[in-house]
Amino acid sequence: MQLAVDNLACRRAGRRVFDGLSFRLGPGEALAVTGRNGAGKSTLLGAIAGLVGRHAGEVSASGIGDRTLAESLHLVGHRDGLKGSLTAEENLAFAAALLGSQALAPADALARTGLPGAAQLPVAYLSAGQRRRVALARLLVAHRPLWLLDEPLTALDTAGQSLLAGIMAEHLAGGGLILAATHAPLPIEGAGELRLGA
Amino acid sequence: MGTFLALVRRDLALAARVGGAGGLSLVFFLMVVTLIPFGLGPDLNLLSRIGPAILWIAGVLATLIGLDRLFQADEEDGSLDLMRLSPAPFEVVVLAKATAHWIATGLPLALFAPLFGLLVALEPAALARTALSLLVGTPALTFAGAIGAALAASIRRGGLVIAILVVPLMVPPLIFGVAAADPANPGSGQALSILAALTLAMGAVGCLGAAAALRGGE
Repeated sequence: MQLAVDNLACRRAGRRVFDGLSFRLGPGEALAVTGRNGAGKSTLLGAIAGLVGRHAGEVSASGIGDRTLAESLHLVGHRDGLKGSLTAEENLAFAAALLGSQALAPADALARTGLPGAAQLPVAYLSAGQRRRVALARLLVAHRPLWLLDEPLTALDTAGQSLLAGIMAEHLAGGGLILAATHAPLPIEGAGELRLGA
Repeated sequence: MGTFLALVRRDLALAARVGGAGGLSLVFFLMVVTLIPFGLGPDLNLLSRIGPAILWIAGVLATLIGLDRLFQADEEDGSLDLMRLSPAPFEVVVLAKATAHWIATGLPLALFAPLFGLLVALEPAALARTALSLLVGTPALTFAGAIGAALAASIRRGGLVIAILVVPLMVPPLIFGVAAADPANPGSGQALSILAALTLAMGAVGCLGAAAALRGGE
């Protein structure tokens, strides 16, 4: 899959967030989106996913067959889409049914993100870092080539960060694409950087 | 179809667990139905004449309870964004969520209506007809409510907005529902057919309208 963003401009509540943004992302490539708070990192991810209105410009993808761009990407953000009263496994099984193109089983995905014991616990009982691991396990239960990650390292301990680094490296090696909004340096070798609001 | 069932199953599980809204509307329905006879006084004839109307109005109010969380809860925690990334059409998502909402609120009302009807001195024939009309008509209330819930999904304390938007849409099902519930009414058969038509029409309009409102939202 190839992602092309041309001259993208976004406005929120009538105020300019960014203008004239262009970049390309190809298979196996990762791009870190950096910038101060409020620079529009999350807005950019939302605009690519089609969840935030685009003011001008174009976002296009090739090499995804007859699927749309929204059906070819994962978005893991601050609003993690997890229900507190459902168990981690139920949350993931639901996400897998919703997103289609199933990959790992929920229990295996949780084992990969280092939470094998938490599968049967309601998510409300988990810590912020454990919750984040459940949200990241969603990347593994459905296969989608483009990963949009909003501050993926937040709340993760060092073991969690290296687990995530391994998962991301595996995704890139398999021809996946990663676009991550982040303040901390991404644990990926050769990741490009896109600086917003500079 | 798999997405539809997964959504229905999830929303029913959420309604049944701690903090869910399952049972809330049924209790509210029971409260309205028990309080009105106390306020009305010991006139059994009056009570049994207006009994179907009491049950229907209580049903409309009970449906409004919890409608504000139908999409708002999912909007707040990001679940709705997940649904927007699903290959399933958004209309299917709305249909599934409305179906689950109806199973958790409307269906219990219809099932318990024969029991609650005793509290307003309904005749056996009227009990059966009222339960039937609620069974046929409450989906129309839920689908009409889904439009308002979708429009107010991103508004905090949107319950008032939803009620103002939705109550006018609930008036036709209310009129034909009460007409269909009255066994003495010679036109009750036609009223029931019109009620069924309203449910089907509201199902289509509600799914399309709510999906459009949620898709356009940021």
